[in-house]
Amino acid sequence: MIWIFDSIILIFLVVTAIISLQVKDLLSASMIFGVYSFLMCLLWAGMAAVDVAFTEAAVGAGVSAVFLIATVFRTSRRSSD
Amino acid sequence: MELFEAISTKINYWVYIVIMMIGLFAMISKNNLIKKLIGMSIFQTAIILFYVSIGVKEGATIPILYHDQVHAAHGDHGEADTSHGEHGAVESHEADIHINPDDFTNPLVHVLMLTAIVVGVSTLGVGLAITQKLHREFGSIEEHEILEIIKSGK
Amino acid sequence: MKILALIAVALTGWLLMSAVSDFPDWGDPHSPANSYRLSQGYITDTFPQTSVPNMVTAVLADYRGYDTMFETVVIFTAGIAIIGILRRYGPKDKVIPEQKLYKKEPDLIVETTCRLMIPIIQLFALYVVAHGHHSPGGGFQGGVIFGASFILLALARDLQATQKWVPESRILNLAGTGIFIYAGFGFLCLLLGSNFLDYAILHKVMGVTPIEARSHSMLGVEIGVAFTVTAIMFSIYSNLASNGYMKEGL
Repeated sequence: MIWIFDSIILIFLVVTAIISLQVKDLLSASMIFGVYSFLMCLLWAGMAAVDVAFTEAAVGAGVSAVFLIATVFRTSRRSSD
Repeated sequence: MELFEAISTKINYWVYIVIMMIGLFAMISKNNLIKKLIGMSIFQTAIILFYVSIGVKEGATIPILYHDQVHAAHGDHGEADTSHGEHGAVESHEADIHINPDDFTNPLVHVLMLTAIVVGVSTLGVGLAITQKLHREFGSIEEHEILEIIKSGK
Repeated sequence: MKILALIAVALTGWLLMSAVSDFPDWGDPHSPANSYRLSQGYITDTFPQTSVPNMVTAVLADYRGYDTMFETVVIFTAGIAIIGILRRYGPKDKVIPEQKLYKKEPDLIVETTCRLMIPIIQLFALYVVAHGHHSPGGGFQGGVIFGASFILLALARDLQATQKWVPESRILNLAGTGIFIYAGFGFLCLLLGSNFLDYAILHKVMGVTPIEARSHSMLGVEIGVAFTVTAIMFSIYSNLASNGYMKEGL
């Protein structure tokens, strides 16, 4: 628990969460969601929760972002808000 | 400002609640279905973050026993028993000397959250499948457009 | 609508934040969650009773094995539900008009890289499953990595080409086999006279001490979880990426 490290990651976490929901291009939203997942994984690794971090790295930043991009490809890419 | 003093040690819980509320707001108010699903996923990971932060202990290590602790536990029984170096029946009080619960993070919280991550990805998959089916039927993935198409008669 | 949502969210957030002052301090070793007798019991008793150093895997596969079995069933159900929602069969040999079929010629860099990386990824996935007892890992993480290697193959080449390696029937068989292995371990314990998923009785079949039998059954159960997770991850991807037709991927 290094305070400065965790604080910077938390600030980035809030910023990526807000940006991922505000961009109009859905492909960028999925990719920024992948960044959000990866930052979560770093946070948990810093809290000594290694199993949870491993699972989130494999599932969130890997498979979940791919599912989102596959769906965006098959539906439309622009969103109105 | 003792209120400020009392809260500033717990500022990280406030940040977790802010992230949860960002996800909840997206789920309620966004019109696009994929943005709603991204909001749901943000909400779920923020809740898991909150739970994992409960099990943290200051100065503790990961919940996996050290290499030398494992061998010390085996070595105790090796010399307590007779000639063969096999693992005999373990007496718990011998190994208790080496394991101090204050040195390890709480493993119960991690176990519950592993299941939560798994269920989260499954739910995301089903939600995305429903989104594709809606696009197939109505031609758009915006909530207000779908409602208009339904109201004006299918 | 957005104003109402903002008010509701702000109200919920204020309620939660006003409860924060009752929370224990960060990193307190004697907070109620950490001084609970079960939390301390799991830390001190896991190695003497099961000889597995990784406490999280031991609790997940042995002490809370019933939960993990139903978590596997949840993943299986999600895969089946996606097949039920999306799967359809187009005209047999004709080109499906609404799919944007652009035939790409095989790219040399992508092909070579995938040919080098995919065996290493699969080997690493098997390592993660097998070493769940001594390092972070276990059935679920290894299964996701293995499934991701198939997704990489489908992304590099065509979905049709990958279906020669993992056709749909084989994938669903694999998923069912995983749950069958997990429940099979439980029923084997029942047949030998003990409780469901009480692994210590399996030492009669395996020929080791009861404590080692728990460690080995945990490995068997994690292999079952890995089978199901691999199959369902690839099945979900192929259904989502091809919009149900399973003919043309991303």
